[in-house]
Amino acid sequence: MAKVEAEVGKRPEGAMGGLIKWIDDRFPMTSTLEYHVTKYYAAKSFNWWYVFGVLAFVVLAIQLITGIFLTMNYKPSAEEAFASVEYIMRDVEWGWLIRYLHSTGASFFFIVVYLHMFRAMLYGSYKKPRELIWLIGMLIFFVLMAEAFAGYLLPWGQMSYWGAQVIISLFGAIPVVGDGIVEFIRGDYSISDITLNRFFALHVIVLPLALIGLVFVHIVALHEVGSNNPDGIDIKKNKGPDGVPLDGVAFHPYHTSKDLVAILVFLMIFSAVVFFAPEMGGYFLEHANFEPANLRATPEHIAPVWYFTPFYAILRAVPDKLWGFILFGLSVVLPVFLPWLDRSRVRSIRYRGWIYKSALTVFVITFLTLGWLGVQPAEGVYVLLARIFTVLYFAFFLLMPYYTTIDKTKPVPERVVYHG
Amino acid sequence: MTEDDADRIDRNRRHFLAVAAAVTGAVGAGFVAVPFLSSLKPSARAQALGAPVEVPLSSIQAGEMVRVLWRGKLIFVLRRSSPMLDTLDGHLDKLRDPNSEVVEQQPEYAANDTRSLRPEWLVVEGSCTHLGCAPLEDFQPRPVEGWDGGFFCPCHGSKFDLAGRVFKGVPAPTNLRVPPYRFVRDDLILIGQDSGAA
Repeated sequence: MAKVEAEVGKRPEGAMGGLIKWIDDRFPMTSTLEYHVTKYYAAKSFNWWYVFGVLAFVVLAIQLITGIFLTMNYKPSAEEAFASVEYIMRDVEWGWLIRYLHSTGASFFFIVVYLHMFRAMLYGSYKKPRELIWLIGMLIFFVLMAEAFAGYLLPWGQMSYWGAQVIISLFGAIPVVGDGIVEFIRGDYSISDITLNRFFALHVIVLPLALIGLVFVHIVALHEVGSNNPDGIDIKKNKGPDGVPLDGVAFHPYHTSKDLVAILVFLMIFSAVVFFAPEMGGYFLEHANFEPANLRATPEHIAPVWYFTPFYAILRAVPDKLWGFILFGLSVVLPVFLPWLDRSRVRSIRYRGWIYKSALTVFVITFLTLGWLGVQPAEGVYVLLARIFTVLYFAFFLLMPYYTTIDKTKPVPERVVYHG
Repeated sequence: MTEDDADRIDRNRRHFLAVAAAVTGAVGAGFVAVPFLSSLKPSARAQALGAPVEVPLSSIQAGEMVRVLWRGKLIFVLRRSSPMLDTLDGHLDKLRDPNSEVVEQQPEYAANDTRSLRPEWLVVEGSCTHLGCAPLEDFQPRPVEGWDGGFFCPCHGSKFDLAGRVFKGVPAPTNLRVPPYRFVRDDLILIGQDSGAA
């Protein structure tokens, strides 16, 4: 242990040391690396919930690299788009792999991001002083939704076309200006070649740039206040004589070595899906999308890709166009306000009372059930269930100021605690 | 200029410069935004492609429907048989807008009992007024269910009758939209253009 630390702190000598000094005199390389990596201290009590930030970064990299290669063969035109995707799948060497990596990556992006957000809810990571990190994170989530939506139109399949039709039509529910907004988004009187072309621009330039920029400020904000931990305590309160938090260890090499294991496990699961179930039974790539867009007929059964289904179920639960749109929008936006809705004195679930624990459990069940309902037909008992769970979804957020106030909390320890 | 003047900060002048530059810059940015935002509106070509389309009627039998595209929008042209027309006033109490009172949903000349220029021919946009899916033909009456025949949207279950009028209790808020159209001859209609008063 001591040997490793000595090596990390040591500056290379000789020609390498000279080069580093030359750069450091002109660019803050060493100090930046130290601030963000080798001298960034996070709690040593991190558990597996803490790997999803790094994994989201890995998926982002996969999407950027595979995306760049896909654009080299994809044609963003209504005439050619569907055929060019088939061309990538059949005629481009390894094209099928690159496309499956990208399509599977989209679903895994949401799996990882949902788990990352759930971690924040478990340990109160959005609470003061990390509200801004949460807000930036929610912005990242919104951009990611837009990115996934724009990307889904590009193959110009039946589901691409009619899914986009439904989602863009949502804006038509806005009184007075709705129809104008819809026409402005499409750039045409219906979803057409023009719409496809601009969604391509959004998908490959505008939104990825926004995503990268937001991820950057997300991390800068995190490193300013420091990472939370499973106990939800402030590790900077107890520092050793060297100014290093007693409960903290450097991001590199300690957290990175654990993250590498997580990345490997992740890649194993990811590869298994890419090679053995890239369509995931119609959930990652919907069956209707293997037919080119047909402007004359909607598929019999239309459902969004799985990661949008919880919100889609809420939209369908409301038997009114405008209110459906409003509740759908609210359900997406409400988590933004978590830092202020949650009035608990403690951050971590470990020291909260039974009320919050039950509320969070019900919320998880609600979210998963709504996700399942979103792919079922909107009829009979499914509609009733969707309404019940919609009420539960909103109750979790809107009643939070009340139940987190009356919930009995346990005393929070001074130093981090290990479990198992 | 004394040394004192050299060190003195003229805050009024700085403030004036800052405000003047900001206002001028904002106006400039506003003007520059116009071409960029305008480029996102339907282009001249998109508008030209939105030209009216002709639909010959002679080959359509009573009870049959054809689907045509106008401005990329799906248009249903249905030749209603007399039993079909007879159903129209049988369920008025179940409709949300039986008398076509929502003015944007049809030209004035289609705001009548059959929502058409001539009762036999129904011309409506095949786009559900909820979220834009294409409704399916469900013309066969099923008296047991109280269904007189009409359109059914597979996406969210909205129902319309054979005049494109929406039923109550479904998510679609309004009747199917009737596009502007006119009869060129008895066996030819032009969709996308009317003769004004018609």
